[in-house]
Amino acid sequence: MTVAADIKTDTSAFATIRTPDLQPRPVKVKATGVKVFYGAKQALHGVTIDIPDRTVTAFIGPSGCGKSTFLRCFNRMNDTIVGARVEGEILLDNRNIYAPDLDVVELRARVGMVFQKPNPFPKSIFENVAYGPRIHGLARTKAELEEVVVTSLQKASLFNEVKDRLQEPGTGLSGGQQQRLCIARAIAVSPDVILMDEPCSALDPIATAKVEELIDELRANYTIVIVTHSMQQAARVSQRTAFFHLGHLVEEGPTNMIFTKPIEQRTQDYITGRFG
Amino acid sequence: MEHTVTAYEQELRGLAGRIAEMGGLAEHLVADAIVALTRLDASLAQRIIADDLRLDALQRETEERAILIIARRQPMASDLREIVAALRISNDLERVGDLAKNIAKRVTAINNAVIQKRLLVGVEHLAEIALQQLKDVLDAYTNRDDNAARVVRTRDEEIDALYTSLFRELLTYMMEDPRTISQCAHLLFCAKNIERIGDHATNIAETVHYSVTGTAFEDERPKSDNSSLESVESET
Ligand SMILES: Nc1ncnc2c1ncn2[C@@H]1O[C@H](COP(=O)(O)OP(=O)(O)O)[C@@H](O)[C@H]1O
Ligand SMILES: [Mg+2]
Repeated sequence: MTVAADIKTDTSAFATIRTPDLQPRPVKVKATGVKVFYGAKQALHGVTIDIPDRTVTAFIGPSGCGKSTFLRCFNRMNDTIVGARVEGEILLDNRNIYAPDLDVVELRARVGMVFQKPNPFPKSIFENVAYGPRIHGLARTKAELEEVVVTSLQKASLFNEVKDRLQEPGTGLSGGQQQRLCIARAIAVSPDVILMDEPCSALDPIATAKVEELIDELRANYTIVIVTHSMQQAARVSQRTAFFHLGHLVEEGPTNMIFTKPIEQRTQDYITGRFG
Repeated sequence: MEHTVTAYEQELRGLAGRIAEMGGLAEHLVADAIVALTRLDASLAQRIIADDLRLDALQRETEERAILIIARRQPMASDLREIVAALRISNDLERVGDLAKNIAKRVTAINNAVIQKRLLVGVEHLAEIALQQLKDVLDAYTNRDDNAARVVRTRDEEIDALYTSLFRELLTYMMEDPRTISQCAHLLFCAKNIERIGDHATNIAETVHYSVTGTAFEDERPKSDNSSLESVESET
């Protein structure tokens, strides 16, 4: 075997298989020993992973294994859940995002999030995108704000479809367009990282393909972490894949490796459809 | 472990079953081709040529099945490798059938009543080893036995070496007695076909290794067919 699997043992009885990339990228987010509790119930058992810069990392695993819980740690969304408690360390550009002096509002601008169900505000298309830059003070003049909105819509591959109706409600768009609007909204505040939690599960195949195409374009400028229950989607859009099971990170490595010759039997069984 | 989707499991088993069937037929064609050659049995030769059509049909069917599974199930990991392996192996087996057919066609072309026994010994011996290789590699496939596949791959050197020496031997006969030239030329082509059957067994061994482990053999394939460099000193 040519694979130099660097096996790290976390605090639990489980070891995570970690296969390094052939072309390693700088680490954008570094999570170490992350545990999450909902009240007395432990949902994550010490997850350690490096999320590379400007790369799409996919989280896969059976439902309830803790993918969304882990994703929400990256922008401290778990803080908003009553009874939720996070342990361990998460560094974004080497800075601990759980440090007491950290500005959570600023963090959430740098680490944007796109949800399963598109959730545009009940406002115009323009306002949906303009909202973030305005509250974060990212545009000083009306002209600047317009420019941010237009470039964000362009980057989200939506501008050409909506340029003649920017004042119409965002909720009037198709599901796929709404999801790209939410991506434009996330982009508008110039984030470094975009988290996506099953962003295509409410979309039809064509709309899904457009979002996937967009994700592929976005990775030139953003670090993307996507939770998906579609293994084919993970295989199509990501460069690295992490497999979670029962709150543990079981195996993590280059996507083409995970989907052709995973090392762990549990990974193999899951991706070939032998449990789940 | 079994698939959550039973139909998928059955499709994969069906594919493996098809390869087993093709393997049996290919072995049978090679064995018969050698019998037809040693006995110069033209009617057996005809039957081989007809049977090879069945192997071709099986190969197309296997390929269609594999493509359908890929389209319907988007196989991953070991399943994906198994399907890719089935595609490759069915190609190799189809080629083995063609090589057996080539030998059979030559039987109908040799118009002597008998081939001198001493000319045949080497060819028969070569065929025996090639057949054993084919049988062993098909067992390795059925049992997903990487070690057995490795043994087959290493043993191909033996066939190559034997072929080289057979080549030299037949050249010597031809120079000693020009009346044997026609027979020996036919036998040389048959030997080359048998040697290539051995190569296909080696390909299959490599595919079995890939299917089981997900990697290629790390070392270069052993190779020692030097017949292209051979010449024979004429004895004056
Ligand atoms: N807000 C919550 N309160 C209590 N338990 C939760 C909450 N969110 C998730 N869980 C539990 O944590 C575990 C992981 O859930 P989740 O992260 O949503 O998994 P996934 O995204 O992989 O489907 C599950 O057992 C789930 O029931
Ligand atoms: Mg989830």
